[in-house]
Amino acid sequence: MPDARSTILAKLRAGRDAHPVETVPSDFTVLRDKRWDPAERLERIKRMMEAVHTEFVDATEQDWPAVVQAFLKEAGARTLLYAPATPAGARLEAEWAEGGPDLVRYDRSVDEFKEEMFTAIDAGITQTLGAIADTGSLILWPSAEEPRLLSLVPHIHVALLRADALYDTFWQVMTENRWADGMPTNALLISGPSKTADIEQTLAYGVHGPKRLIVVVVR
Amino acid sequence: MAHADIDFGPINFRGASRAALKDPQLRANFRRAMDGLMSKRAVQFADSAEWHAMRALGASVRLRALSKLPELLEKLEENCTRNGITVHWASTTDEANAIVLEIMLRVDARLAVKGKSMVSEEMHLNAFLEKHGIEALEADLGEYIVQLDHEMPSHIIMPAIHKNTKQIAQLFRDKIRGAEYTEDVAQLTDLARRVLRKKFMNADVGISGVNAAVAETGTLCLVENEGNGRMVTTVPPVHIAVMGLEKVVEKLEDVPPVLSLLTRSATAQPITTYVNMITSPRKAGEKDGPREIHLVILDNGRSKIYADEELRHTLRCIRCGACMNHCPVYTRVGGHAYQAPYPGPIGKILVPQMEGLDKRGEMPHACTMCNACVEICPVQIPIAGLMNRLRAEAVHPGDAVKDAGSQRSMAEALVWKGWAATFSSPAAYRMATTVLSTVGNAAPASLPLLKEWTSVRAKPRFAGRTLHDLAREKGIPDA
Amino acid sequence: MTTTRPDTVYFFGTCLVDLFYPQAGMAGIELLQREGVRVVFPQGQSCCGQPAYNSGYREEALKVARAQLRLFTADWPVVVPSGSCAGMMGTHWPELFHGEPEEERARAVAARTFELTQFLVNVLNVRLEDKGEPVRVTWHASCHAQREMGVVDEPKALLRQLANVELVELAREKECCGFGGTFAVRHPEISAAMVEDKVADIEGTGAGAVVSGDCGCLMNINGALEAGKKPVRGKHIAEFLLERTNGAR
Repeated sequence: MPDARSTILAKLRAGRDAHPVETVPSDFTVLRDKRWDPAERLERIKRMMEAVHTEFVDATEQDWPAVVQAFLKEAGARTLLYAPATPAGARLEAEWAEGGPDLVRYDRSVDEFKEEMFTAIDAGITQTLGAIADTGSLILWPSAEEPRLLSLVPHIHVALLRADALYDTFWQVMTENRWADGMPTNALLISGPSKTADIEQTLAYGVHGPKRLIVVVVR
Repeated sequence: MAHADIDFGPINFRGASRAALKDPQLRANFRRAMDGLMSKRAVQFADSAEWHAMRALGASVRLRALSKLPELLEKLEENCTRNGITVHWASTTDEANAIVLEIMLRVDARLAVKGKSMVSEEMHLNAFLEKHGIEALEADLGEYIVQLDHEMPSHIIMPAIHKNTKQIAQLFRDKIRGAEYTEDVAQLTDLARRVLRKKFMNADVGISGVNAAVAETGTLCLVENEGNGRMVTTVPPVHIAVMGLEKVVEKLEDVPPVLSLLTRSATAQPITTYVNMITSPRKAGEKDGPREIHLVILDNGRSKIYADEELRHTLRCIRCGACMNHCPVYTRVGGHAYQAPYPGPIGKILVPQMEGLDKRGEMPHACTMCNACVEICPVQIPIAGLMNRLRAEAVHPGDAVKDAGSQRSMAEALVWKGWAATFSSPAAYRMATTVLSTVGNAAPASLPLLKEWTSVRAKPRFAGRTLHDLAREKGIPDA
Repeated sequence: MTTTRPDTVYFFGTCLVDLFYPQAGMAGIELLQREGVRVVFPQGQSCCGQPAYNSGYREEALKVARAQLRLFTADWPVVVPSGSCAGMMGTHWPELFHGEPEEERARAVAARTFELTQFLVNVLNVRLEDKGEPVRVTWHASCHAQREMGVVDEPKALLRQLANVELVELAREKECCGFGGTFAVRHPEISAAMVEDKVADIEGTGAGAVVSGDCGCLMNINGALEAGKKPVRGKHIAEFLLERTNGAR
């Protein structure tokens, strides 16, 4: 008996060959034309993301670890999960002051400390690849060093955004950087803290993903 | 806590819609919800030139994918496999369910957490898994709500749109252990967060749908606002993605226009909170992510739809739900009246093709052909034209659609034959209209057809003389 | 869709106008004649075929459509006082006649089919002088006119030319009235719900009359207005325009 795969492909081929599907050329001009003045990009990103309750903090290359620590202390976070084997992680380790929050290393498989991650971690911090002006979105490219749950499980997600890593559209960043040549295990766009409108179309924040998203703009 | 007991029962759209119309709460909920969705969507597409360019691009992307569908599915399988994703094929929902069950049994799964997936509704997957002792818990808040109440979703994007806050507050208090009564939306949401967080942590398997599968890279793209989709596809050790075979796109660059049209049409957002692009399971050295990913490609009648030159355009659909938001019929009867996983305009053309015109022959007629759906479909599906085609298929035996001709009645066929004979002969038409003009108004309101009309309207009145008569009297030339 | 001004047009009355609103049909003819256009009304005409077409009986629809097509021997525009019938001829006849010997001719006729207000505004560029008393009206947009024939602003543009007519727009102007041809009798409860909402919307405007370009809609709405004992009545735009410019009420 032919397997489902052969059956399905044979049916599709027969259907298509009997009547080819008429196509029209794809014109990406409408996406290509979505451009913003570099000076405007950050303002737009901020506006769109703040509209969905993202919080923005300014910092410099020098002081961002201190800025993050102060912010999290103010927010009452007791623990911060981070990726030690990244440049950002190294900076945190080197410059984190006494007086909490406690730094927790994400340096082993989640399976070894899953319950702790879900119940005892208040915040997680990640780098980003940049941000997109069209939609107000951060680009995350998780890796072995910077695992993806950092931006999902903790109640607060702190994202480091370099002020010069700004793009116009999703389409632009993926085509200019040739993402199709090699996609990572998981790539993400994040545009705010988690939300829902499932209860009578009333917006509520902090459903399953982080309740708060803090973008630290690093100049 | 499952869809286990939910069966639509005998399909009866007339009866179901009549009941829905008599429910003032349902009518109010839907009216308010649809009005909001329509006006917010209009804001997203306020730039008319951009809207037209985007929907042309969206249509072209979908058409290109459909034109190469078999090749793209093979390419998708090849790239997914190379990336470590196991690809399965299922001709029927039974086969798809069996595939999912086999995976779950092999890993000894007891609890599966689910992201929103209309294909899984099509499969009645939850009920199937329940029968085999596996709990399938919906994690999308709207789906979680309807699951708690043993209902099916009533809308493909907002599953609990038929409920208001009070109804949900009562449901949570009744069904969630230890829950206090509150109508505060933030508190209700927080309650769901706490309950489901434990489940994410402990689940053996995560099940999701797929918004777009990229053949070029073997990537599964998912959009969501809540984070449950990411939870479900990242935390459990096994991830199973179920997908209709039409959801493939050729290239990665095809994804941004499709997602932009989808999110702006569905929930009036420029983008969802999360866009999740999955290309492989956890690699060596990585610290999280599933160890196994399975992609189940489902046919369930799509290959037959694909074979028809006209009807295949049903498969362009990106499942945005805008058509049902704009449908005046859907707004009044709500999603449950359709008794199908896909309600509204797309449901009315898709479900009869999947399940047959015998069972679903009434669906294409539950439509006034107002074309509101055609106007806002982001991929330009000629929905009204396909609706009309299915009406023809319902009353003429043929091979193009399952159970074609099953709605044919001798009586109706004769009526139309008679009508055609009369209206194609000027002499016969003149005679018929003379008779109607003279005695038509004496017809009792209780006559079949007239009875339906006069239930809420006065009888239409035949004019004493026809336009033909007046034109002749006024000497309007005939040629 | 602006074309050069023709000397002669065919007038296709439609079966609903013929039987229920012949005055609206005559009004349409007069409005055209007043602009110096010769109007030809082939007496052999009956129906565009839409009722059978929408019921899935395409062969029967084709038979009737063919009989109409035969009447349009000259290449004059065909003007139709109904959005849905204009839509049937203008957008669906090409599909209906696909593969038939008359396909070319059907396409040609479809291409020169106009809904009445579309023709008055875009081809004849009519100027109207209001001789009537002040009145408030509202406009119901026929689904087929707006979405198949692209006729959105033309009717309102005509109404706005009338100095003593206050045009108040419906809250849900574009929403279907629930007629849908056989839908009204096939799904009478849903149709009833839709027309009731439309009536409530009309009442909400405080208008004395609702004007429409489609007799199916008018039959539906008027029937509901009458059954609900509402003082408001619906009028076909052709009749309304003629009356206003002739100085009636």
